[in-house]
Amino acid sequence: MADSLLNKDRPPVFCPGCSHDRITGALDKAFRKLGLPGNRIAIVSDIGCSGLFDTFFHTHALHGLHGRALTYAAGIKLARPQLQVVVTMGDGGQGIGGAHLLAACRRNLNLTLLVLNNFNFGMTGGQFSVTTPPEARVSSGFLNRLERPLDICRVAHSAGAAYVKRCSSYQSGLADEIAEAIAFDGFALLDIWGICPGRYIRQNPLTPKIIAEKMATMPPADGIVEENQRREYGSLYRQAAGEQTFSQPESIAQRFQPPSNGRHEILLLGDAGQRIISAGEVLCLAGMSAGLQATQKNEYNITVLRGPSISEVILSNEPIGFTSLARPDIVIALSREGVERRQSLFADLQPQTLILKSLDTNIPPCAGATQALDFKKLGVKPADRALAALAVLAKNGTIIDTDMLRVALRLRFSEKILASVLELVDRVQSRS
Amino acid sequence: MAPQFIEGNEAVAMGAMRAGCGFFAGYPITPATTILNAMLRLLPAASGVCIQGEDEIASIGYCLGASMSGLKSMTATSGPGISLYSEQISFAAGSEIPIVIVDVQRLGPSTGSATRGADGDIQFLRWGNSGGIPVIVLAPVDVKDCYLLTIHAFNLAEEYRCPVFLASNKEIGMTKESVDLSALMVPEIIDRRPPIDSASFQPFQVSENLRIPYFLPIGGDVPVRQTSSTHGPDGYITTDPDQISASQWRLKKKLEDAVERFTFYDERAEDAETLVITYGVTARAAGDAANLCRQAGRPIGLLVVKTLWPVPEKLIRDKTAPYRRVVVVEMNLGQYVHEIRRILSDRQVEFYGQMDGRLITPATIMEVIDGR
Repeated sequence: MADSLLNKDRPPVFCPGCSHDRITGALDKAFRKLGLPGNRIAIVSDIGCSGLFDTFFHTHALHGLHGRALTYAAGIKLARPQLQVVVTMGDGGQGIGGAHLLAACRRNLNLTLLVLNNFNFGMTGGQFSVTTPPEARVSSGFLNRLERPLDICRVAHSAGAAYVKRCSSYQSGLADEIAEAIAFDGFALLDIWGICPGRYIRQNPLTPKIIAEKMATMPPADGIVEENQRREYGSLYRQAAGEQTFSQPESIAQRFQPPSNGRHEILLLGDAGQRIISAGEVLCLAGMSAGLQATQKNEYNITVLRGPSISEVILSNEPIGFTSLARPDIVIALSREGVERRQSLFADLQPQTLILKSLDTNIPPCAGATQALDFKKLGVKPADRALAALAVLAKNGTIIDTDMLRVALRLRFSEKILASVLELVDRVQSRS
Repeated sequence: MAPQFIEGNEAVAMGAMRAGCGFFAGYPITPATTILNAMLRLLPAASGVCIQGEDEIASIGYCLGASMSGLKSMTATSGPGISLYSEQISFAAGSEIPIVIVDVQRLGPSTGSATRGADGDIQFLRWGNSGGIPVIVLAPVDVKDCYLLTIHAFNLAEEYRCPVFLASNKEIGMTKESVDLSALMVPEIIDRRPPIDSASFQPFQVSENLRIPYFLPIGGDVPVRQTSSTHGPDGYITTDPDQISASQWRLKKKLEDAVERFTFYDERAEDAETLVITYGVTARAAGDAANLCRQAGRPIGLLVVKTLWPVPEKLIRDKTAPYRRVVVVEMNLGQYVHEIRRILSDRQVEFYGQMDGRLITPATIMEVIDGR
């Protein structure tokens, strides 16, 4: 066997009779059996008496916040796949860190979790934890009598853990159990029952024999969980990541001269599902194809397929500062909800403002020049309304022209959709 | 290269890649989600690790583990997520774990409005950790800043071993702009420093000449200790008041004494009576307002602070000195103005704040300047 990794300068400091002492010895023996040097191991712990473990060994160590040990451990393991990462947590940590336990079970990253389960919060004075039996007398008064304890093994099993075993701190061969769990290629959990002499057994009879008897009545949890066997997450991740291809946003070269100089503000008012945001982006790409600078500020409700959708676009040959529109040059008004969201703005519109509105959308009285678009007659579906309005705008030719629009559509849409949007532009321009 | 059309969040991801980010973990939240999306597109293909955590606490926990294992790490969220990060931020600050944290701010309080912007987290970012240890907070104005300041944020996290925040805003993060990132001057990339002699390595050892401890990764040849507990140079718990005091003061001074080395700002100095101080997306409206004021023949000065924390006190004292009047404008009910008033305690500092989901407009800023 390899040398002990126990830190002679920092011997365990547990209460006399604490089962954690036995687990410390067993863990060291497991490391020795596996022949692991200290720099191949990371012990990750969090708060409570189980959180002292990282100090007893000459290994890499990270001690963090209550219930979060599995999160640090996952980061370490993903960054350093060659490292054996052993996590020590108490039964308290299973409660506060429950989401992380479930995630670790589901994910199957190669971590070993030793749950030092002594049925109470020892360090803070013996309060009840998620594993405290209802009949136990603990310092939480009557509260534990009202709740059901959790069987960590059953939770882990149903959450997808590939290796789950219930052990006693007092059983022979505990070091072998730990070594086997560490050697398992995937997430392995040992629920190690023990005695807290400082708090728990003051008012509750608990002996190694009682633990063994109680464990015998529990549903089996004996290591490998057949139904949860699968490939280890880290190796799966690296394989899947290796198949990814790197994609950068496209650069938009200038290939046209803009139809006019200066700054143009275009406001698109519509509904979710009318591709307002896409149309705003197409407009910006069209402007950029003529060397203009562009900004696009969007507004929509968090309910993606309902509610107003608004895009504020600025095209300019000068740098653009403020990105919201007070007095747009063009308003594209395609739905009642969108118009209502910007109701107050119409009163300030100038006579030179062009308003492209769908026939069925009413707008407040304003000074702008209105052009109504009969989308039904043009054969334009709701999802195509905003793009159809851009086709009209391009035909009009003051801010963008049709060449710019076509280039922008090619940049924005995949081959599959492109043909239909180009056809839409042709159709709308020939009929409007 | 020709310009690209990208939003601030995408530029953050591209900046992270440029800075050498090797690990990202995040939990979806509007308006920060598109950083997670972009990192997922960029990082795995570049042999890095990008994962979606089961919650925010886990996401930053993964980052802390990965950072201690030697990977440059970043996470991104919005106000509600920063709340959940809090205990881990304290860990990173107190135990000197380099990490970049992006806060794409949205209108609060609480879950507030997911798709409306605000700068409501400015004091929270500074003081949202137990113990009150300083952190670095950088505030971008536009997409270009999102790229450059993210690179600076990584450099600062590496150099000073601390959490560095990017205080972005929905109105920057999710607003798209044409920008040519390849034309920008990018700072030299900085990496955390390993000790010259690793045999005698102590994880938190410092000296007269070394204010920031050397770094060795968990998983390297030499066993390394990290702990959230109050620790001595060896990384074990200490109860020695002198050792504790020295360490706490060092954590404070290593950042506050160095702020002049990373004071980022823009200014438009004018021979004028009034100086407007602002930051973040509001700087764009203030810039337009300054242009309009100049056109109207009554120019104003403008100071855009991009290093918010530690407060660049010298910058603020120096830049405000020539002006008779100082006006602070921010997208909240008054947060950073307290710092300006603290520094300029002998002066009257005017304030305008707004937190209603709308951007502060150039017209509003002009009204404030005109005293209307």
